[in-house]
Amino acid sequence: MTSIGATVKEPGSSINNKTGSWRTFKPILDKEKCIKCENCILFCPEGCINKDYDIDYDYCKGCGICAEECPVKAIKMERE
Amino acid sequence: MDIPEEEFLAPGHRACAGCGATIGVRLALKMLGKNTVAVSATGCLEVVTTPYPETAWKIPWIHVAFENSAAVASGVERALRSQGKDDVNVVVFAGDGGTADIGLQSLSGAMERGHNLIYICYDNEAYMNTGVQRSGATPYGASTTTSPHGKESFGEDKPKKNIPMIMAAHGVPYVATASISYPEDFMKKVKKASEIEGPAYIHLHQPCATGWGYDPSKTIELGRLAVETGSWILYEIEDGEFKVTYRPMERKPVNIYLESQKRFKHLADEEKERIQSYVDQVCAELKI
Amino acid sequence: MLKVISANRAIAEGVKLSRPQVVPVYPITPQTSISEYLAQFVADGDLNAEYIRVESEHSAISAAVGASGAGVRTFTATSSQGLALMHEILFVAAGMRTPIVMGNANRALSAPLSIWNDQQDSISQRDTGWMQFFAENAQEALDFVINAYKISENKEVLLPSMVCIDGFILTHTVEPVDIPSQDDVDKFLPAYQPTHAYLDPEEPMSLGTFTDPDYYMEARYAMEVAMQKSKKVIKDTYQEFEEVFGRQYGMIENYQCDDAEIILVAMGSICGTIKAVVDILRKKGEKVGLLKVIAYRPFPQEEIYDVVKNAQRIAVLDKNISFGIGGVLFNEIKAKMEVDASGFILGLGGRDVSPDDIVNIVKQTRNPTDTDKINWIGLKEEE
Repeated sequence: MTSIGATVKEPGSSINNKTGSWRTFKPILDKEKCIKCENCILFCPEGCINKDYDIDYDYCKGCGICAEECPVKAIKMERE
Repeated sequence: MDIPEEEFLAPGHRACAGCGATIGVRLALKMLGKNTVAVSATGCLEVVTTPYPETAWKIPWIHVAFENSAAVASGVERALRSQGKDDVNVVVFAGDGGTADIGLQSLSGAMERGHNLIYICYDNEAYMNTGVQRSGATPYGASTTTSPHGKESFGEDKPKKNIPMIMAAHGVPYVATASISYPEDFMKKVKKASEIEGPAYIHLHQPCATGWGYDPSKTIELGRLAVETGSWILYEIEDGEFKVTYRPMERKPVNIYLESQKRFKHLADEEKERIQSYVDQVCAELKI
Repeated sequence: MLKVISANRAIAEGVKLSRPQVVPVYPITPQTSISEYLAQFVADGDLNAEYIRVESEHSAISAAVGASGAGVRTFTATSSQGLALMHEILFVAAGMRTPIVMGNANRALSAPLSIWNDQQDSISQRDTGWMQFFAENAQEALDFVINAYKISENKEVLLPSMVCIDGFILTHTVEPVDIPSQDDVDKFLPAYQPTHAYLDPEEPMSLGTFTDPDYYMEARYAMEVAMQKSKKVIKDTYQEFEEVFGRQYGMIENYQCDDAEIILVAMGSICGTIKAVVDILRKKGEKVGLLKVIAYRPFPQEEIYDVVKNAQRIAVLDKNISFGIGGVLFNEIKAKMEVDASGFILGLGGRDVSPDDIVNIVKQTRNPTDTDKINWIGLKEEE
């Protein structure tokens, strides 16, 4: 049954929808090369790269912004 | 700049890959924090973040309609004040259509009344939610589905409506432009807006891969090109004081920006030159 | 305390007693003095509310939805063109289940432009999901506002309410009104404490979400269920009101109908005129009665039928018209019950309705020439 007024009382519940399935290209981050500039963390539209630079592939849509914005080319886009 | 780690927009939302709007929301909410209520106008952002029974928002959020987000926010702000919750930020996220066109009246009313709220227009320069129709914020020369180029047309034939200056004319304490490609500049402005008593308006330029026609990986690059070519200028107006907050080291030719997007691909040299000379004129005035 | 006041003032007094926290309102004739009285109450410190001087009716109702969504009691008021401008958001207010109460000064819709009374404006909002209560006089206007909050905020209902008063006829005429004490109203109407939706950073919720075909219909069905449940809530609330304040109301009012051969059905201030005519005709031995519809939505079909079922014929008086079919109340009654009825369109754009007009309506209803005909009362003959 739809809640009264279709109000959603579970904040952040979109995590139930794993958008990783949208991906064609997968970003692979080379932590050796990474200089921890935070560009990829800031610019990710999904917010799915954490402070330890782990990419959450459950949600990564494979847009490639992180690879594009990495100043040391530590992220490669590989076909799934 | 110390950027908080906590995220207030969850993944799993239905935004296109490479969406600039969700980047803008993420960055803004990092500055505003947990003690914030968000109001959305109908549009891409609203639709992709709240597909019932899910929501991407981790803070309280309300959407009522397309043209009234500033009025809704006025009611929210006063309701919170009447409950003694004066410390809660009220932030609006509305697109350029919901701001420059259909929502301009309610925005003007809210700004004039002096509500303590932050209005962020995420400007992707057309009605993207309905499939790329022109808005008042569509730039000169852009081809959209309602300002298409063709034998008799070079696309949008009017320059972008200058909403930040219209907001400044309301005499509100804080008006700024920003770009998602300059996150520190944007986030500083959001922080400032939240600390100011009264209405604050931030016009956030935000490339859209779907509507502009470029590879999703280039969202940040496109935003940067807009600023580096002088097509989008980053400034703030604090208590009436105008200040450019970022000056490109060396201004790049507008062509680089135009040619990297499908919406401008059709333009003849004549129109491109016209755009360049318009940009030159604006930048000369601001010494950019 | 008895005061001689207009219905606009009575609405404002009812609002003050109901203690809304946010009042976004935009002036429009003939509602204007409601917005002025409320502004003055706030300016004088008599009403502790945030008064928002919005730039349009659209923003008035939008701010009201925002405030109600945030979890506080909210009031707004409008009329005619203003109500029409609100139309889009009226659906949203009901769909988001914000129990807003609104005063509407019934006025004709343009074109041609008219500032005078009919009921086209609120009737045209019948499908928005708002409850509508039509007052006959200033006392009812005040009482209905207080009751409307209690009904709207009931957890079984959670739908907004409109209290309708006829423009000028009620809004600008004064009559004695008993103003209840704040203590009694406070006891009758406790503070609004929503559990279904509010905006609180400690408990984040998303309000006004986007539904796909898997969820929309249930949300709309729930509104219909709530509207049906509101009938009992309205009765219970009026019952409780009577126990505290001594004035009796229902979804309808039965005036001399029990043995009536001809029953007139009407809403709003015209009921005062009809009652006077009923009294005169009764003295002459004519068995005539009035059925006053107070709650137009939810539609009190059982209550109406129960009263009119033994009458020979009924007359339905509409201060509105749905072009191509006739008066809305007439057609709804015809659709919902087996009843021998004549429909009359009258009083549009402030056209006066005299006691003689009512007498003629009774005559025409007794001896109808063509029952399908839409009868226009007071229309000038073509020259």
